[in-house]
Amino acid sequence: MEHQTNITLPKGSIEKTTTTLNIGPTHPATHGVFQNIMEVDGERVVSTEQTVGYIHRAFEKLAERRPLYQITPITDRLNYCSSPINNMGWHITCERFLKLDLPKRVDYLRVIIMELARISDHLICNSIVGVDTGAYTGFLYVMQYRELIYEIYEEVCGSRLTTNIGRIGGFERNFTNTAFTKLEKFLDEYPKVLKEFENLFARNRIFMERTKGTGGISAERALNYGFTGPNLRAAGVDYDVRLQQPYSSYQDFDFKVPVGTTGDNYDRFLVRNAEMYESISIIKQAYQKIQEFKGTDAEVYHADVPEYYLPKKEDVYTKMEALIWHFKIIMGEIDLPKGQIYSAVEGGNGELGFYLVSDGGRTPFRLHFRRPCFIYYQAFEELIKGGMLSDAVVTLSSLNLIAGELDA
Amino acid sequence: MVLSNEIIQNNLIEKFGDQVLNFSTASGILSFESSKEINLKILQYLYEEPSLGFTFLTDLCGVNYPDNIGAELVVVYHLHNFSENIRLRYSVTTSIDETAVFTASKLFESANWMERETYDFFGVNFIGHPNLKRILNVDEMDYFPLRKEYPLEDQTRIDKDDEMFGRG
Repeated sequence: MEHQTNITLPKGSIEKTTTTLNIGPTHPATHGVFQNIMEVDGERVVSTEQTVGYIHRAFEKLAERRPLYQITPITDRLNYCSSPINNMGWHITCERFLKLDLPKRVDYLRVIIMELARISDHLICNSIVGVDTGAYTGFLYVMQYRELIYEIYEEVCGSRLTTNIGRIGGFERNFTNTAFTKLEKFLDEYPKVLKEFENLFARNRIFMERTKGTGGISAERALNYGFTGPNLRAAGVDYDVRLQQPYSSYQDFDFKVPVGTTGDNYDRFLVRNAEMYESISIIKQAYQKIQEFKGTDAEVYHADVPEYYLPKKEDVYTKMEALIWHFKIIMGEIDLPKGQIYSAVEGGNGELGFYLVSDGGRTPFRLHFRRPCFIYYQAFEELIKGGMLSDAVVTLSSLNLIAGELDA
Repeated sequence: MVLSNEIIQNNLIEKFGDQVLNFSTASGILSFESSKEINLKILQYLYEEPSLGFTFLTDLCGVNYPDNIGAELVVVYHLHNFSENIRLRYSVTTSIDETAVFTASKLFESANWMERETYDFFGVNFIGHPNLKRILNVDEMDYFPLRKEYPLEDQTRIDKDDEMFGRG
């Protein structure tokens, strides 16, 4: 065999004392499609470079050719662990922009759906943190309650993951009795399960050792990095869009905003856990308020806005006016007012904002999504630098990065 | 002290005179513009002046108006004052041929990726940015896809011979 002499190694690769390690694009530790190019010295992380964009689908460009109601399915695919919040956030943006008033009952129904979505989002995140620290049981145990939440979505809108739930102006149909029965079952059983789930982790020696003091950030740095949501609250800033700029009648509810102190993985876990209890309490209050509606008020599930709300199918076949509106909405023949709006909701992992610019056409002139995890993922290097590689994995999952939201 | 849109507007006019312009309020958020040369001065003043305190950069994005000759690209900053709970929208315009705008990433760490995204999609060249390269699109891409000169595919086109899409 001929001796090979022409091997050229990259400059400096012999002298280099650190190892380059690729985590991702697809790797069990990333829980999504994104890459981390880590420079490690033994088990210590020296630096990392995050690469995102593997599932970029050009939503902002797509939205420029779609009438408002066709953009809702796009928002499903942002944070797909809590699609209903994205859908509602988009509807609320449109309603604010078009200056539509909604009946209280619709607001409360939305609150129920949004808080269920928040629970399912936090549930995934917290149980995945458990999986990454070596405790698989919690994850499997709570999955059946996420399943129950998905069954409620299914009752309301017909789908489970990418929900496309609700319409501009309300819901596509009223909640069925089955939906309420399932909601009652959830409210009855879930708090105990959550308590058990919490007991499994919160004072667990191994879990605490793995998460305390890792991936921490100060409130000041977190704000500078644009953190929002549970990750910012874990660092000690009590900013919650539901409280600061209430939407969908959140001002009618009584709830606490849990905060942490150190912003580390353990605090993030505890904040999310505490938020789930608050969400349960909000759902209970909302359900109670809904039961107080009597007579025809108890049948209201959408606002009276024929320009934007699709009429019932049987009306389309029998009534001229409904047919006209149906045609105009489906063909996208309704011009929007000129102007711009920024509107935000509290998504599963932070402030989900929609910046809509309209030039008076039928589609948005420009639509920008403020995706919370795209913004706070920048801080990942600062969070894990100097720490152990295995802590970086826990930090990654405790930040609750959702690839769909990162890449839009 | 209660901060309101009028107080912010008066404060800015007092400080910057006629360099800040086009004040308007839409959906409760005060918006204003300035020339792109002083964007850092304004952002820093909004950040450091204790009576304003806009220390949180919520969002940064670009918009393309192809018909505004000489000011085709707009960079929009959404700022937030948490303690007073008030938002502010500030924008600078730049021509599409000379897209240099000073980076805000020294002031806000969060601007880093948002500026990379704006560069990626609109080609705004942020001067002083530590790592200005594409973020969501591939590095080899040689155009800026969210500019209006690149329309989405026309749904009625007939030149495509692709049976997979039922157009064959």
